[in-house]
Amino acid sequence: MIDVRNVYKTFYSRHRVEALVDVTMQVDKGEVVTIIGPSGSGKSTLLRCLNHLETIDRGEIFIDGIPLTDSRTNINAVRAEVGMVFQSFNLFPHMTVLGNVTIAPIKVRRRSRDQSEGIAMQLLEKVGIPEKANSFPSQLSGGQQQRVAIARALAMQPKIMLFDEPTSALDPEMIGEVLDVMKTLAREGMTMCCVTHEMGFAREVCDRVVFMDEGRIIEVGTPERMFDSPDHDRTRAFLAQII
Amino acid sequence: METVKDLVHNPRFRSTLSWIALALILIGLVAGTFHTTKKVEYIWRWEQIPRYVLFKDSDLIEAQEDATVIALDRDGSDTVIVAANFLDEEQYYTVPSNLVTVSVGDEIRSGQVLAQWERWKAGLLLKGLILTLEISVLAIILGIIIGLFTGLARLSGSPAPKWLAIGYIELIRGTPLLVQIYIFYFFVGQVFKLSNFMAGVLALSVFAGAYVAEIIRAGIQSIHRGQSEAARSLGMNYYLSMRYIILPQAFKRILPPLAGQFISLIKDSSLVGVIALVELTRAGREIGTSTFNYFEVFFTVAALYLILTFSLSMIVQFMERRFAVSD
Repeated sequence: MIDVRNVYKTFYSRHRVEALVDVTMQVDKGEVVTIIGPSGSGKSTLLRCLNHLETIDRGEIFIDGIPLTDSRTNINAVRAEVGMVFQSFNLFPHMTVLGNVTIAPIKVRRRSRDQSEGIAMQLLEKVGIPEKANSFPSQLSGGQQQRVAIARALAMQPKIMLFDEPTSALDPEMIGEVLDVMKTLAREGMTMCCVTHEMGFAREVCDRVVFMDEGRIIEVGTPERMFDSPDHDRTRAFLAQII
Repeated sequence: METVKDLVHNPRFRSTLSWIALALILIGLVAGTFHTTKKVEYIWRWEQIPRYVLFKDSDLIEAQEDATVIALDRDGSDTVIVAANFLDEEQYYTVPSNLVTVSVGDEIRSGQVLAQWERWKAGLLLKGLILTLEISVLAIILGIIIGLFTGLARLSGSPAPKWLAIGYIELIRGTPLLVQIYIFYFFVGQVFKLSNFMAGVLALSVFAGAYVAEIIRAGIQSIHRGQSEAARSLGMNYYLSMRYIILPQAFKRILPPLAGQFISLIKDSSLVGVIALVELTRAGREIGTSTFNYFEVFFTVAALYLILTFSLSMIVQFMERRFAVSD
């Protein structure tokens, strides 16, 4: 479903930063993969490359067989199939919750308003806040906003969902409600790629854990093996710090 | 001693004192103006002014020759009097229905007044005000369109639109509006055969467009990058994300500076008087040269501009309150 081959990316801000170095990984259909690693390890950059929010310098990325690096590829069509959830929610503040969830299906998929609103209400039901449909994002708590953001991404009926530290900006008591939604999705068979520090989530629903450091993938394994007996010293050091 | 000190530090006493000071300053200003005009021995003739805004004009319709009324045809609120002379040649006179005094079969004489009535007509100042309003509204609409596209071009990643936009903005902001109006009138107007009205409107629109472009650019840049990333990640293309996500939010933020720009534009429209458009200021000058009542005329002109600009800022304040719902 996701095929990343020998990807390199370098940022030139104040210093030269090698964000991704020879990154290769695959995610199969229905698989849930968590990317962990210290901050600045390139895990968010990798995730953002998967829907072309960042361009890569070298290498190839295929989403459902379609090459992102080919200039003939319609990136917007690929993005419509890849949902993304951001750390800072990024809800559209000038629209109601229902407006946020229906705008893309109506304008991009060209579905009717009635049909889109029907699907939107089902999704809001699923994430547990149908009663907030007509509220504005500023009237919601962080956890509620993030659940709306998940519903907004799901409304496009994507084949893949990307989560970029979805719980990092949340107060601790709201993390659970967002993780519950993600767990439900994982069990329903959604292909998911998550950057997160929630090791409990990774252990419970993940098929594989990817550990990154300094732009490189250090090791990949099942949650049990990665958490209980990591091969690498750096993985061990990182896990010792956060658990 | 203590009570005086208390009084001085009492906020209510201080506020009262400030109000009294304000009243004194205003009274002083009015008295000063009054005294100054006394000194220059100016004779105020405020009664002259209203007729330049609205005046009553009398209209009358006279019969052209001796004839007999043969029919009265109602046509809306008017009535057409049909009369035939001795050669059976018909004549038609259109008068307001309620003023018809003749009936079918009546003889009418040449020069007879068939109807006489008075009606209000716009004076030179009101005509000037309307022209100023027309020019300003058109220039604001065109300015927004030009500014929007230039602002987007200015933010474009590709060099052609970006540098064209920068060039246009710098050119317009670096030259006087008066000179631009002359160029639009003498050069662009000649080449494209523009009326002086069109030349004036275009000069003002192009001028406003450059400033609006910078305001729109700043507005778009002030919207958090996450908004466009979220829109793009949902598969929206550039147009959709601008149209439904970025611009609505940016517009809300740039309303105050935009309103300031358009208030300037209304005031700057006074410059198109130089290309023979009798807008408000030019109308004032023409009345001044014929009556020498410059003081009253230009106080009135200023007040009329104030009505336009104040209305605009009221409209914008209303819009701001409407848009504040989602905050």
